[in-house]
Amino acid sequence: MDDKLVIAGQELSSRLFIGTGKFPSHRVIPEVINRSGAQVVTVALRRVNLDYPEENMLNYIPEGCIIMPNTSGARNAEEAVRIARIARAACGSNWIKIEVINDNKYLLPDNYETIKATEILAKEGFIVLPYMSPDLIAARRLRDAGAAAVMPLGAPIGTNKGLKARELIKIMIDEIDLPVIVDAGLGRPSHAAEAMEMGAAAVLVNTAIATADDPVTMAEAFALAVKAGRMAYLAGMGVVKEYAEASSPLTGFLR
Amino acid sequence: MQIIVNGEKTTVNEGITLHDFLKHKGLDPQKVVVEHNYRIVRLEEWPNIVLQENDNLEILKFVGGG
Repeated sequence: MDDKLVIAGQELSSRLFIGTGKFPSHRVIPEVINRSGAQVVTVALRRVNLDYPEENMLNYIPEGCIIMPNTSGARNAEEAVRIARIARAACGSNWIKIEVINDNKYLLPDNYETIKATEILAKEGFIVLPYMSPDLIAARRLRDAGAAAVMPLGAPIGTNKGLKARELIKIMIDEIDLPVIVDAGLGRPSHAAEAMEMGAAAVLVNTAIATADDPVTMAEAFALAVKAGRMAYLAGMGVVKEYAEASSPLTGFLR
Repeated sequence: MQIIVNGEKTTVNEGITLHDFLKHKGLDPQKVVVEHNYRIVRLEEWPNIVLQENDNLEILKFVGGG
């Protein structure tokens, strides 16, 4: 099936994006990425601890993957822009996941600051994928600001609660002419399939894979679910009805 | 003299270059990115930058993230 996702002119065959946080060991990450088939992989930028310099995450990401640094830690647009510029200089990738968060309890993104950062970075040639609270109006503003896709949360980060924001994301998918990628909160392969059946362009998964007992197998389970959900969406699903409708003919019974 | 490294005051020798400071800290140049007084500094520039009193350094690297 020739069904490529195109973001900023780049063709992707995998609709599963992977985050690299929270894994029990860095060593498992190459295998997770390979088994998931993911082509877009997120990383974060942090200060080096000069007393205990650790290894660089980029060493664990297979060749050929698109590195998408996030701006986690940014509390406003200005900080997000600064992190994005440093990240691009450090890894050479134009892709950036904007993440501006100033709410520590639910880690909800600040759409207003995210729009401001998107505008600046898109003008500087970044391929901007903003993480956002699902909201049609904010998504339109992000599109106008130059976002390459929008990434609404399914549920708060790391909660594994699933597609709790379903209705709002559905509206975005119906109304926005940009890829809508469900990011955050998807805890099970069935959640990912649900998002894809609804017409999401892709999903970004981290916690659900990283904290599974067997992250490599879980990565493959998500990959299959994303494929199944996408195929169902393309196949066109039957309508939901209130009352029963027989699948077998209702005439010619033996009496 | 004192400079600020990742938000903390640090004492370094007068006249030390950025390259020598980072080497002294045991950092692999290929694995970190450095911002010197809020300007991103490329690897090739490190030997030419002589640190001054109250300079601000951010030394960063990529870690796992979602």
